Amino acid sequence: MSPISDIGTILPILLKGLDITLRVLIVSAIFSYLVAFILGFGRLSKKFLIRTISGIIIEIFRGTSLIVQLFWFVYAVPILFGIQFDSIFWSCVIAIAMNYGSYMSETVRGSILAVAPGQTEAGIALNMSSFQRMRIVIFPQAVRMMLPEFGNYFIQILKATSLISLVGLSDIVFQGQKYTNINLSQTPTVYFLILVVYFIIALPFIGLTKWFEKQSSKGVAS
Amino acid sequence: MEKFNWDLFWESFPAVFQGMWVTLGLTIACYVFAMLFGFVWVILKRIPFKPLQWLVALVLEFIRSTPPLVQLFFLFFGLPMLPGGGITLSPITVAILGLGVHFSTYISEIYRSGIEAVDKGQWEASTALNLSTKDKWFKIILPQAIPPTIPMLGNYLIIMFKEIPLTSSVSVAGMLLMAKEFGADHYAYLEPYTLVALLFLLLSYPSALLIKRLEIKMNRRFDKNSSGGAKKLSKGVA
Repeated sequence: MSPISDIGTILPILLKGLDITLRVLIVSAIFSYLVAFILGFGRLSKKFLIRTISGIIIEIFRGTSLIVQLFWFVYAVPILFGIQFDSIFWSCVIAIAMNYGSYMSETVRGSILAVAPGQTEAGIALNMSSFQRMRIVIFPQAVRMMLPEFGNYFIQILKATSLISLVGLSDIVFQGQKYTNINLSQTPTVYFLILVVYFIIALPFIGLTKWFEKQSSKGVAS
Repeated sequence: MEKFNWDLFWESFPAVFQGMWVTLGLTIACYVFAMLFGFVWVILKRIPFKPLQWLVALVLEFIRSTPPLVQLFFLFFGLPMLPGGGITLSPITVAILGLGVHFSTYISEIYRSGIEAVDKGQWEASTALNLSTKDKWFKIILPQAIPPTIPMLGNYLIIMFKEIPLTSSVSVAGMLLMAKEFGADHYAYLEPYTLVALLFLLLSYPSALLIKRLEIKMNRRFDKNSSGGAKKLSKGVA
């Protein structure tokens, strides 16, 4: 068989797993951003307890490896806390969201702190409440700085979704493995095609991130 | 509902500990490889030939934005099946090559940013002094480019340490694989995986703190010597 017709037979099989890969990607990306904002703001809180707890959570999830967390959430948490997640899907989403959320919370915190202090002072001078200051003045400027990093992390999360095949979710990698078990000789083609599929999914986000980077460096008061 | 069994926790210690040495050794090996290979990208990117530059950029972007797990699978399961014999590599070689090349793409960015951060005047001055290419790089540019990148490179050592468990899927007997095997033998995954997570935390958190301190120290030093000083000077003039 020629390599071209190989691709014709392999690609549809891989694409059967695309659905689960994209689902895990999108759900865990949304949750990661949510976790990032909660922990990022928690870290900036004036209350000591909130600050410390968010700090501990961030350090725990950044200090251990994602793949270990994934195994821990899938195998250990259900036993430890007697929680049964509906499916491995949610265990995976929670592990990825907590891990990348912790990393991104530092981006959130850093961006908010990077907004020039004069902006806060101006807000105070205009007699805004601290919530108004954050909502109208600080936050919109901080988000601009966060976006490029968020784009980068989206690609990181995409790469992380490949790990879910290790705990038994039938994503692209899993489908590929299943296929190569029967068609040994096509192993190189299959894995290379999987890489290409991931690259194609990442491509728009690579462009978007670069665009954000250009935008966010434009006209920001320093 | 089962509870945490401390006996099993301690029982899993020797196996996981043995895996820890593999994980640590592999981290160092991958890191050294990535540091060295990172230079290859930097040099390739500096060759002034447009098509080659586009090709290098594409390859870099491809390696960087695809999952290292699949890259490992490609090397481990794919290469031996290539038509015409193929190449069979040991798990350790696959791990060093796969993760090393993957991370070299990130590390080359750090090198690049370090080189670009060197003041333009330094290049001009070395041209004006008619220094040879070798002297320019080794005496002027690199001594200024490398020190500020050290904390960032340190960060990558920790990031790499946390990615090493990936190699358990190509049967490198690191911490994760040892824990998995222990779990399969005793039908208890909670204790060994918890131990692995704890060891990761214990090893990576103190190193992260050390690197943060190094970063603060470096920032202070370079603010005094380079850009900070220059800014202060220009302010004084204005």
